[in-house]
Amino acid sequence: MTDTTPTPESQSLRDWLLTDTPTSRRHAKFASFYKGWLRLRSNHMAMFGFAILIGLLFVAAFAPWLAPHDPYYQELSNRLLPIWSEGHVFGTDSLGRDILSRLIYGSRITLYIVTLVAMIAPVAGLLVGTIAGYAGGWTDVILMRITDIFLAFPKLVLALAFVAALGAGIENAVLAISLTAWPPYARLARAETLTIRSSDFISAIKLQGAGPIRIITRHIWPLCISSLIIRVTLDMAGIILTAAGLGFLGLGAQPPSPEWGAMISEGRRFILDHWWVATVPGLAIFTVSLAFNLLGDGLRDVLDPKDEKS
Amino acid sequence: MKALSVRNLDVWFGVGRDQVDAVKRATFYVNAGASFGIVGESGSGKSTILRAVTGLIPTWSGEIEVDGRHVQHKRGREFYKLVQMVFQDPYASLHPRHSVDQVLSETLQLHGFKDIDARVRGLLDDVGLGPSFRFRYPHQLSGGQRQRVAIARALAPEPKILLLDEPTSALDVSVQAEILNLLNDLRAEHKLTFVMVSHDLSVVGHMCEEVAVMKDGEMVEVMDIETMRAMTPRHEYTKHLLEASLNYSA
Repeated sequence: MTDTTPTPESQSLRDWLLTDTPTSRRHAKFASFYKGWLRLRSNHMAMFGFAILIGLLFVAAFAPWLAPHDPYYQELSNRLLPIWSEGHVFGTDSLGRDILSRLIYGSRITLYIVTLVAMIAPVAGLLVGTIAGYAGGWTDVILMRITDIFLAFPKLVLALAFVAALGAGIENAVLAISLTAWPPYARLARAETLTIRSSDFISAIKLQGAGPIRIITRHIWPLCISSLIIRVTLDMAGIILTAAGLGFLGLGAQPPSPEWGAMISEGRRFILDHWWVATVPGLAIFTVSLAFNLLGDGLRDVLDPKDEKS
Repeated sequence: MKALSVRNLDVWFGVGRDQVDAVKRATFYVNAGASFGIVGESGSGKSTILRAVTGLIPTWSGEIEVDGRHVQHKRGREFYKLVQMVFQDPYASLHPRHSVDQVLSETLQLHGFKDIDARVRGLLDDVGLGPSFRFRYPHQLSGGQRQRVAIARALAPEPKILLLDEPTSALDVSVQAEILNLLNDLRAEHKLTFVMVSHDLSVVGHMCEEVAVMKDGEMVEVMDIETMRAMTPRHEYTKHLLEASLNYSA
């Protein structure tokens, strides 16, 4: 590794990145990014979570090469094989499908759901929250009461209602989860905006004649986004669990799709005699959720603008 | 020629029973190229006057004239090309995620300048910061350096009037002197008009030719600096204030 035995080039690259006097716009960006990365790297638990997520990405990307079997191939003579059996490390499910292969393909679905929700819910929350916080007055009242209404519903029940109305399926599950996930982000963004909007640097840019759109997008968003990113990574576990819950209730991914929640739901019937069918996907959900939580905790230490003042 | 004239300025916060009158019937005139000081205790409304003039506080009435033109409640970009402000706390007046370069080039861009790169370098030079500071973030700068950046930002649109809201009160004494000298140099070089708010009489004595004294939102006296130095003000409160400052520094 270049970190342990610094060659002259890597040393100068490090110096270039750690300099206090950057020479160009890009240099300054790289340098501050690198300093954040150094801080994240010193947090071992966060790096552990980060490694798991990199592993998840890798597995999802190379699923066809990594999976020992076709995840949909049924072989009824081999049904419910126990864990560690010949050719099936995690055993087989009630239709004789290899559980490891299904887990590997299922990681794609998990990532798909997580990415889509992470792209929809925080963005919607950020828009609503910053507009409400910056505009104030009636806009604030109306937007925040709508947020309150969404917050008052139990998440899973609201998602269930949406899926029931829209029809079962992954895309609708994603939509339903996003619709229930944005209000906390709106709250967070509004609270941040309220503290930012009265600060001197916003007054200063107003004195340059900047309009509200520029102020919100260029000056308020960059300060809200870090706390939103932290919140999203911490919420990822909940999003995966809600997706799995919808799958478990039969309203998310539909069989034979190897979604982890749906796999647990299938394994539920045999849980007393063949525990691994439900346990293995459960462990997968647990691992990924834990990884997101650890990473989120580490990111909070790196990104929280309140610590940067010193 | 008057650069800034303010007549019967009232500023208030809140409505109905919660209404607080922060400034009451303030009237003063500042000649072009002059430096006008406003002193008073905390809460006497001196900063509020500046914020009302710049339009950061919308609840004011009275007459404000800048460069001979009437100022409406809604100010356009031409106004901000004439009048700029430097804030009290350099730690709060710079965006924590924007580098010096971003701060200055955005300001220049907003005022429609084309040769942004050259101007950024010129501005940094004007305030005594070398080119090595250009791409730093505020957390990599000291208080005095931050205030220099804030001054550069205020100078970017090439204003005629600079409003200074206690520009040195958050800095330690040696840095204070540097910033005050810088401001004096800039005033001479760019032919600026200063309106400076301070609670420090020695700072005002160093910088200004005329001083207004404020008490509970009212301007009790406007005197020239010789009167202040000679300790011969007309109003009882001013006398009190001057004596208190002598005791403090002794």
